[in-house]
Amino acid sequence: MSKRIALVGMPNTGKSTLFNRLTGAGAKVGNWPGLTVELLSAKLLLGDSMVELVDLPGLHNLHGFSEDERVARHFIETQPVNGLLVVLNATQLERQLALVLQLKALGLPMLLALNMADEAASRGIRIQLDTLSEKLGLPICLVSAKHGHGVPELRQALTAWLHRHPDLATAQARVLAEDDNIEHTLDTLLAQTVHVPPVLSPSHTDRLDSLLLHPWLGLPLFFLIMLTVFQVVYGLGAPLQDGFGWLLDAVKTRWLAPAIAGLPAWAISFLLEGLYDGIGTVMTFLPIIVVFFLAMAVVEDSGYLARAAFLMDALMSRMGLDGRAFVLQLMGFGCNVPAMMGARVIRSRAQRILTMMTIPFSLCSARLQVFLFFTTAVFSPRAAPWVLFSLYVISFAVTFLTAWIWRGRARHGADPLLMELPPYRLPTLSVLTRQSLRESGHFLRQAGGFIILGVALVWFLTHFPLDAAPASPATLAGRLASLMEPIFSPLGIDQLLSIALLFGFVAKEVVIGALAVIYGAGGDQLSGILAQRLDWIQAYSFMLFTLVYTPCLSALATLRREAGGSRYMWASLVWSLGIAWLLSFAFYQTARALTQ
Amino acid sequence: MTKLCSLNTVPAGRCCIIMRIDADSDLTARMRALGLQLGRRIQVMRRSPFQGPIQVRSGQTDIIIRRADAAAVQVRPCDPNIEHCPANESECN
Repeated sequence: MSKRIALVGMPNTGKSTLFNRLTGAGAKVGNWPGLTVELLSAKLLLGDSMVELVDLPGLHNLHGFSEDERVARHFIETQPVNGLLVVLNATQLERQLALVLQLKALGLPMLLALNMADEAASRGIRIQLDTLSEKLGLPICLVSAKHGHGVPELRQALTAWLHRHPDLATAQARVLAEDDNIEHTLDTLLAQTVHVPPVLSPSHTDRLDSLLLHPWLGLPLFFLIMLTVFQVVYGLGAPLQDGFGWLLDAVKTRWLAPAIAGLPAWAISFLLEGLYDGIGTVMTFLPIIVVFFLAMAVVEDSGYLARAAFLMDALMSRMGLDGRAFVLQLMGFGCNVPAMMGARVIRSRAQRILTMMTIPFSLCSARLQVFLFFTTAVFSPRAAPWVLFSLYVISFAVTFLTAWIWRGRARHGADPLLMELPPYRLPTLSVLTRQSLRESGHFLRQAGGFIILGVALVWFLTHFPLDAAPASPATLAGRLASLMEPIFSPLGIDQLLSIALLFGFVAKEVVIGALAVIYGAGGDQLSGILAQRLDWIQAYSFMLFTLVYTPCLSALATLRREAGGSRYMWASLVWSLGIAWLLSFAFYQTARALTQ
Repeated sequence: MTKLCSLNTVPAGRCCIIMRIDADSDLTARMRALGLQLGRRIQVMRRSPFQGPIQVRSGQTDIIIRRADAAAVQVRPCDPNIEHCPANESECN
């Protein structure tokens, strides 16, 4: 019979990190309340039995009302488990133990893991483990999930504990103790078992906060930090990308081309100019994407995102949003889809939908590829990072404009903003390594999936009929492009580029691959062609349009699912296409008029 | 008995004791989960400019709360002459 343990705890207790430690699986770690939006589970071997460990979303309270808390509570109340592994932040026992007392009333076997034991000790917090364990009647382990301390002992304790509770049990719902009663028990318990120094010496977090949350320096520092992150990504990623591109090119000319020289011309064209150039050009972004996600992981795990919410809330509230929406915007820099799902932490429906409508304008890593390629090809190395930064600024500006125009009901039904400011944490190397492996795996899977389909389809459109010159007006793509020409020529976007945009609707990752196929050149060659054919005004207009024009297919599907109806999906699609066209039109025509 | 004031009016650096919470049950529960509950001694750490949220410390936990929501929390301020948060409630009187 299979055994199952549910991992329960408040947000920011290091629950996901402990999950990773125990199972070795790649659960994402985030220092942001409510990041774990889908139930992760993994098998682990304890003693002689295989056990399924389920990572439940963080919950503050069994009576909680956020979407995440509902999910966690529903799971606990309905799914039979052998027991609950409850993770607590040892530095915050005075409020985290309340959850334990609530959970105890469910009558399920429990084992406590006090995480961040090292941090608690360094803050002078002393816990009488034996007394606490005895008073609660529960086994307790001290661990540091981040450093892996105490994890082997926790495994042993779990094994012994499972032996004592071999059967699945279901929670006795609705016997939840009165909270007032809990508070009394809690106070007695705390007084007996936890010693907290009455006044903490100004810790490093406080000192950092007095700078980073400074009334006037806070926001400029925030922008400086983000700018530094992008400079690092660009500075480290661009040379790596060049090297990788050179390698792919060398493989193509030295090995691949001679190896398939005997095939018919159209097959060579499909394999080399279609698949290899298309996918290869996308693949050159692998190093830069890894660097990018590493940098984002450092920002995310450090606890700084909650500070960003604090700094930006005043501005966001004027647009019917709040500080959390801003943080989701930042998370959208990686990928818009998980950021949209993260909006579940916002309770007011109007505000949640407004937040989800704005997230597609967050400049995701797929669009970053397009912009890196174009800025490197068309702009000077000195100007390129600034061009990139300007696109991030425009991404925020469009977000704010969208929120401002659509704020409607969200303006009135303000959702209370109440969130924890976690202490700053330094990400460890193992967390970062796991994160980058996970992201590169994701990227490679995508490249292996619909990007292959995308570039194959682009090749077909630009080469059929086979007797026409590739991508010429006689091909299918050419005919399609001339249909769209009246729309795109006022934006300075030529026919070939508009074909790439069409495919970017599926996923923005396809855009560069599609361009490689359309121009029949990959990597450096493609950069050269773009630099020749486009001046900076056309290139920037194209980038503006790409930034805003439409959420990718999976983002739209997520919006539809999360908002519970296709109304918002269509609104988002029409709105973003409209605003993209107007923005590019205004930019292109003004810039042309000024430079003439 | 000193008069009560709303948490959103407490200056940065000052500490106070929560005496009453006039919020709906959802918000009250949320506050309690984060350590804002009756009788708790809390300290206002900082107030962000442009009417932004305030940062409050309760025990070892730092919380940010919007001023509009903080207005529902009625507190009794501790002695303004005490620079640091006093160790226990009696010193606040």
